[in-house]
Amino acid sequence: MNIFSFDNTFEGLLTLVFESYQRKQFPDEILSGEGSQPVLFASTITIETDDKKAERVWNGIVKRSSGENAHRIYRVFLADMPDTPMLLVKYIRLIIESGKNEETNFSEPIVVEFNKLHQKVCKEAHRINGFVRFQKTIEGSYYASFAPMYDVLPLCIPHFKDRYADQPWIIYDLKRNYGFWYDLKNVSRVVFDDLKVNSQNGQLHSSLLAEDEKLFQQLWKQYYHSICIQERKNDKVHRQLLPKRFWKYLPEKSF
Amino acid sequence: MISETSLEKLKILAGAAKYDVSCASSGTNRNNSNSGIGNATAWGICHSFAEDGRCISLLKIMLSNFCIYDCAYCINRKSNDIPRTSFTPEEIVHLTIEFYRRNYIEGLFLSSGVLRNPDYTMERLVAVAKLLRTEHRYNGYIHLKAIPGASQQLIAEAGMWADRLSVNIEIPTETNLKLLAPDKDFQSVLEPMKIISTSILESKEERKKHRSAPLFSPSGQSTQLIIGATNDTDHTILKLSSALYLRRDLKRVYYSGYIPVNSYDSRLPALNTPPLRREHRLYQADWLLRFYGFKANEIVNTENPNLDLDLDPKVTWALRNPHLFPVDINKADPLMLLRVPGIGTHSVQLILLARKHNRLNSSHLQKMGVVLKRAKFFITCNELRSQNLQDLKPEIVRQILLEKKPVGSDGAFQLKLFNPVMPALR
Ligand code: SF4
Repeated sequence: MNIFSFDNTFEGLLTLVFESYQRKQFPDEILSGEGSQPVLFASTITIETDDKKAERVWNGIVKRSSGENAHRIYRVFLADMPDTPMLLVKYIRLIIESGKNEETNFSEPIVVEFNKLHQKVCKEAHRINGFVRFQKTIEGSYYASFAPMYDVLPLCIPHFKDRYADQPWIIYDLKRNYGFWYDLKNVSRVVFDDLKVNSQNGQLHSSLLAEDEKLFQQLWKQYYHSICIQERKNDKVHRQLLPKRFWKYLPEKSF
Repeated sequence: MISETSLEKLKILAGAAKYDVSCASSGTNRNNSNSGIGNATAWGICHSFAEDGRCISLLKIMLSNFCIYDCAYCINRKSNDIPRTSFTPEEIVHLTIEFYRRNYIEGLFLSSGVLRNPDYTMERLVAVAKLLRTEHRYNGYIHLKAIPGASQQLIAEAGMWADRLSVNIEIPTETNLKLLAPDKDFQSVLEPMKIISTSILESKEERKKHRSAPLFSPSGQSTQLIIGATNDTDHTILKLSSALYLRRDLKRVYYSGYIPVNSYDSRLPALNTPPLRREHRLYQADWLLRFYGFKANEIVNTENPNLDLDLDPKVTWALRNPHLFPVDINKADPLMLLRVPGIGTHSVQLILLARKHNRLNSSHLQKMGVVLKRAKFFITCNELRSQNLQDLKPEIVRQILLEKKPVGSDGAFQLKLFNPVMPALR
């Protein structure tokens, strides 16, 4: 049994593919990142991430399918689920080893599975674009916390950078403990050790909030309830479209 | 300015606007090019969902719910004794900006009751849009209601600042409109629609010549029809919609099941619940018009003036045309695939791509999102055929499909399609 381990970066995964071909050995199991358990009675091949090797695999994918497909692979990688690396290795092998472009071959189960997950990741990113709620801070910047199911913040950043170009902001993934900070010029990745955030609702400590922040949250909540047509209440659809897992960070859903 | 007292106003004026169903914010790509605030993305974003299941994407609000008119179907009609209030244009602007900066909304959808006269009202709506665009360099979405009867000049100015303008027709026939809204007639509604239409097309032409020519209501116009407040048939309604869609600038017709807000008025039907099922079927039919290549009279006509409430209009159409089925999935042209019940625009795209690689069978179709339990009666594919429309009589297929969908008589019908997200094909 071939067990590979890598550092859970996208480049790492592409390197892993490269090395598999070089060793003519393909993984039966992939361990990723710090959380991985050493498996008894089996030796693990540890992959050292190498940007050059990763780039060659990336270019190979682009050549044999399309640039869009390569980006799709990146987005699926962000699904950040235990079995995504394995799915991606299978998918990349299919792309690389086939004589024709397989990315649209929806009669192939791997392609279908890959695209389903891709759709889910994109949907989550789209939802985050909508459901992020900024809180205005005393110093005039805007802060939002979130805990997306997949690691989609990197996909959302360009949208926020374009839309909120004239306000400094931070969007923080509480589940993965990192975020992005925009300082009116650049966006950078940040990790906070002592974030003063209530983990129940993502709200900053009230001493950090702008004076009128609570008022606007109240106004929004008022708006949210006034816009609902009571005669048409539809709890089932409501919960389908706005799943409960999102509620805790939405001021309109707080009690 | 906005303060604690605004809470009450917001409650009244959002409550007053909620029956207007349009919530779309899509269609414009407005880049944030002036380093101001905001952009408009072509695919609208839902920022929340109300408990009635509707997408909340805009701050949908009335500037004022005072009104000099007395439309029978409207909660804000002058003869109603309800709490009334107004925001100033500055207050609306402040609220919009603060909501927008917090990512609560995609933009503003502003309407108003008619204050004093149409021009006076329209001026205030225009003032809001102008302040947002100029003083606040706001590039987010703005949808303004064009007040019937407002001057051409004001409508022209509104179109310069707004992404979309709309005039609600509300009642699909002139006689019924006059009956229920004595202050309005078709002329007062269609005239501003025409002005908007002409200006949009002119601006498009100009922009072909000079890229810097000003935009005019770049995401077109929309309108709304109230369903079930009058005896107009679905045939009348869909004929009107498809005539409107012929004009390229009309992006959406919204259908709003009549909610009996003024049950005391004997000109209106006595309804216990709004006709949600009918509204849902109309939205489905509207999709068939816009994305599936159907003509209105294929869906409803003089023999069948109303949609079948129990079945999807596409199924009803297919059952009326058994000679066109079964369709061979591996050969049929895209337009025919689109007409198969249980196959949507997305599945058609996948089928077209996949059948270049392989002959498709039903398990492939299932993975591509085809609803087989419906589609199987209308297709053949690369395997043993199941019983299809030719073996079974349409009436039997109808019975089978009805049994599969127990949305029947209990009234607990769940809306799936209300304010649907745009499909991938446009
Ligand atoms: S003009 Fe508009 S606000 Fe006034 S009563 Fe008629 S529908 Fe209602």
